[in-house]
Amino acid sequence: MSELNNNENNDILLSVKDLYVEYTSDKKIIHAVNGVSFDIKKGKTLGLVGETGAGKTTIAKSIIGILPVPPAKLKSGEIYYEGQEITKLNEKEMSHIQGEEISMIFQDPMTALNPTMTVGAQIADGIALHENLSKVDSIKKAKQMLELVGIPSERFTEYPHQFSGGMKQRVVIAIALACNPQLILADEPTTALDVTIQAQVLELIKDLQKKQETSMLLITHDLGVVAQTCDDVAVIYAGEIVESGDKYEIFDHPSHPYTLGLFGSLPNMVKKGEKRLHPIAGMMPNPSNLPGGCKFHPRCPYATEECTQDIPELKNIGGTHACRCIHAGNLVRTDETNEETKEG
Amino acid sequence: MIRYFIKRILMLIPVVIAVAIVIFTLMYFVPGDPAEIILGAQVTQEQKDALHEQLGLDQPYIVQLGRYLYDTFIRFDLGTSWINSKSVSAELGARLPKTMIFAIAAMVIQVLLGVPLGIFAATHHNKFGDQLTMVIALAGVSIPSFWLALMLMLLFGVRLKWLPVYGVEQWQGWILPVICGSLGVLAQMARQARSSMLEVIRSDYIDTARAKGLPRRTIIYKYALPNGLIPIVQTLGNAFGTSLGGTLIIETVFSIPGVGMYLQQGIATRDRPIVRSSVVILSILFSLIMLLVDLAFAFIDPRIKAQYARGGRLKKKRAKYNTRGKEAA
Repeated sequence: MSELNNNENNDILLSVKDLYVEYTSDKKIIHAVNGVSFDIKKGKTLGLVGETGAGKTTIAKSIIGILPVPPAKLKSGEIYYEGQEITKLNEKEMSHIQGEEISMIFQDPMTALNPTMTVGAQIADGIALHENLSKVDSIKKAKQMLELVGIPSERFTEYPHQFSGGMKQRVVIAIALACNPQLILADEPTTALDVTIQAQVLELIKDLQKKQETSMLLITHDLGVVAQTCDDVAVIYAGEIVESGDKYEIFDHPSHPYTLGLFGSLPNMVKKGEKRLHPIAGMMPNPSNLPGGCKFHPRCPYATEECTQDIPELKNIGGTHACRCIHAGNLVRTDETNEETKEG
Repeated sequence: MIRYFIKRILMLIPVVIAVAIVIFTLMYFVPGDPAEIILGAQVTQEQKDALHEQLGLDQPYIVQLGRYLYDTFIRFDLGTSWINSKSVSAELGARLPKTMIFAIAAMVIQVLLGVPLGIFAATHHNKFGDQLTMVIALAGVSIPSFWLALMLMLLFGVRLKWLPVYGVEQWQGWILPVICGSLGVLAQMARQARSSMLEVIRSDYIDTARAKGLPRRTIIYKYALPNGLIPIVQTLGNAFGTSLGGTLIIETVFSIPGVGMYLQQGIATRDRPIVRSSVVILSILFSLIMLLVDLAFAFIDPRIKAQYARGGRLKKKRAKYNTRGKEAA
């Protein structure tokens, strides 16, 4: 059926179908990703939004095939890249996709670069591998990549410790973009950076994406970054997508209580007088012991008895907009301590 | 880099002098009248006094210490043995090469076998190969070297008659001592290499390398190994020290006429010149190896090389400022 789907939708570059990933630690099974499905269209950016520990990085690592196995295990589900199922590929077949077709920008630039190699060599070795270039030519191309991300090419022979955080992130981006990939998985590319550098780096990624017509999966917990960069949004909670759709639909009509909570925890600069933030009460559930029913119900101010029964389905609520809540569109607060009334 | 090297060499001098003072003081306070040790228990007071005067033992401690340091470090005269009146420096000159052969051979085997074993275990983490390697390593760490030496002698020397039981006149004689002397540190090094490789393999830059699609071999040898080696190199100096200390036992068990056995005899007969000089020679050797190990660091870790090149703290600050300026530009 999926092949059929892919034939119909030629503009879909990557399609993740019902992905389950587990980690095993001390005989306990940690359910990191629980049935995630999404599509990324050619040339578009999908924002994957959620708290720390929601399984965002695990999804990206599953796509590019670098899950640490063991302890991680891709339990079930399929990932189609241009119609080809890539989770069953062997190491050698996968290496033609890694770096060449799909590449990843990592979260922490401080640790993402090898401290014992020059930054130039780290950019050049991927190029030499994928583009079958000689050493001299791959060095030349690597220098061009450095210039492209705004680093003078003379710094080619320097080591990561001689670079600042923002510069290192530029190098990480240069590595990811070196072979003109079709899809970039950007795992919180700006989280470790100052706000001023954040804007620069985002701008840089967007520019390069436009130039090379790349698709992107942008993982973040920052709704501001999503608003700036993405076309589509998927909100993820405890390894499940709870709400997905076009960026404008999600921002204008957030429907899932968790998404509402995320917006409620943002400082609002427009509405004056509303000084209080509304953090989401409680903590992410322990992924080795997830609650039954809707995984958000222990923290949900709208939860009812029904929410504890079955896992709600991701229902279409108009257009591209889908929401995993049985009360979607009809939220009534059920918690006692609601001195401030409705949000959203 | 060269300035750093010279600085480190000069720093060896106070270390070695301190070792000399400590060992002199220790031997000074060791009970037993040297005259009685040299001449036997049935000796008259006059004979004792005469010998004391001859050896300078009637002088106060500080004068003896000064004379000892003067002789050792200014005149390079290590004195003669009290027991057989042979020149200590001649003896050491003849014995040192044997100890060096032993310690260097042991160290080479430790590195060439221990590190690959550790890498093998780490890349086969939690599989059978890993567990087998670690059981062997545990045995290697826990087996006392003198017991192993005796057992190997029994098996290969007495039963199978493949190898000589003692002496190093033929090269085959080195095999058993080097095996016994290297096993403990080899096993430790394998464990160290395993744990540091495991840590490195889990780090983010290995993910970056994997995401580039690089082949597994390249990732292990080009990305993981240089980083995993840093803590291993750190232990090399200590490993060499342990091997040098091991010579005391191994040389005695296998009757190898090296510095270890000489020192052992010196201690047994309280022959102070022998003990002092052997310890000073071993400490110089050890410090030099430590220096080499530190320099080896610079070749693996560019961060440390940069520090050496910069020199003092003030310069480091200035360099930091410079790079920041460069980045801003």
